Amino acid sequence: MTELVVGTKKGLFLLEGEPGDEFEVTARAFAGQPVDYAMRDPRSGRLLATVGSPFYGPKLFYTDGDPAGEWEQADGVVLPEGGEQALERIWVIAAGDGADGVVYAGGDPGVLFESRDGGASFQLNAGLWEQPSRPRWQAGGGGLCLHSICPWPGDPARLAVAISAAGMWLTDDGGSSWRRGNEGLNPRYLPAEALQDENAGRCVHHVERAPGRPERMFMQFHGGVYRSDDAGESWTDIGGGGLPSDFGFPLTVDPADPDSAYLIPLVADMDRVTPDGRVRVYETRDAGATWTPRGDGLPAEHAYLTVLRQAFSRTGQGDRLQLYFGATSGELFGSGDAGATWSTVASRLAPVFSVAAGAP
Amino acid sequence: MSATSISTMAVVRVRGTLRGLAGGQSEHELDGATVVALLRALERRHPSMSGWILDERGRIRRHLSVFVGGERARESTAVRSGDRVDVVQAITGGSA
Repeated sequence: MTELVVGTKKGLFLLEGEPGDEFEVTARAFAGQPVDYAMRDPRSGRLLATVGSPFYGPKLFYTDGDPAGEWEQADGVVLPEGGEQALERIWVIAAGDGADGVVYAGGDPGVLFESRDGGASFQLNAGLWEQPSRPRWQAGGGGLCLHSICPWPGDPARLAVAISAAGMWLTDDGGSSWRRGNEGLNPRYLPAEALQDENAGRCVHHVERAPGRPERMFMQFHGGVYRSDDAGESWTDIGGGGLPSDFGFPLTVDPADPDSAYLIPLVADMDRVTPDGRVRVYETRDAGATWTPRGDGLPAEHAYLTVLRQAFSRTGQGDRLQLYFGATSGELFGSGDAGATWSTVASRLAPVFSVAAGAP
Repeated sequence: MSATSISTMAVVRVRGTLRGLAGGQSEHELDGATVVALLRALERRHPSMSGWILDERGRIRRHLSVFVGGERARESTAVRSGDRVDVVQAITGGSA
């Protein structure tokens, strides 16, 4: 049995089912409210969700019980009171790699929060918040969003985060100090003279780390797909090799194969829909040298879907890798065979913001 | 005499989600000479309301409206003794 925790514009949905089948909606929470991201921590079984109420501001909630029941608000997911900035949105939640209850949350304006009690309370990461260059960071179209958090398996001191459009930031000391990791990225949308300005927009859309070889990372950029073999210090363009476009947002990997990555390209920044009216996931098994379309079972005609950055997830690995993604059309699609074949998991949900797959 | 030096008891009224956070009570008699002072007093009485009406900067959240005696108010609007202060969701037509 697989569980999907799905954040949508109109609440949180939990679905359960078997790969290849249509899933059943088992619970809905935060009805009518935008759930920007939600996930179940596989270590504790705790559900965590970020709600971006337009009325009351972004909040992070958790529950250990019935998801349709009461949720607790996590403490500390705020910026320093009395300053010039307010928290605009919580984009992502990520479980740490150890069994120590560390949970991270990332948000706008380019901020990282860390919890050491499984998500009940958080503290703002001061090292990133106090970066001297912060006043010169540029926001992307979705704000100054910290959207990707990549722990290092077995080493809680090492962490990589990505901020649109302040680029990659790396720490080796648990977040006390941070350095950039943008070498090799080519923001084609900037004039050549602006490339020397390290604060000019490095619009990273999504980053994933290969769990089996943690120095290997994949990135979907705002025009460009990249691979790093040195833990995010530098990047190599892998956006050719059969992709219909190197623009897009979602990205995931097969934990069993560090040479693997999956993308869902969109046409371009000015036309953010699936190319040619066809929905296809693109897979590489050679670290990005070549990309192969995987669309068997996906809509193949007049299908102009938008898949957002957090709306692509995986569970399992290798031959048993399951892949799931949702679109702003309210449809969910899944594969139980590492992308070889696909089926519709659910339709007519609200616009999908995030998908997190795992065991119920 | 400045507004901030006046001790003022006013009634803050909340509804819906905010009422739930305020212990299920809609009316709250509080001391404060300005809207923001009253709302901070409400947060002190009900800490779970922190961050729900005012953001970290002390500004009323964009899609909430505050009325003092039926007139649209801002953070710095002065409040007189006996005033009724309503906190309501703004009308957000045009967005589904």
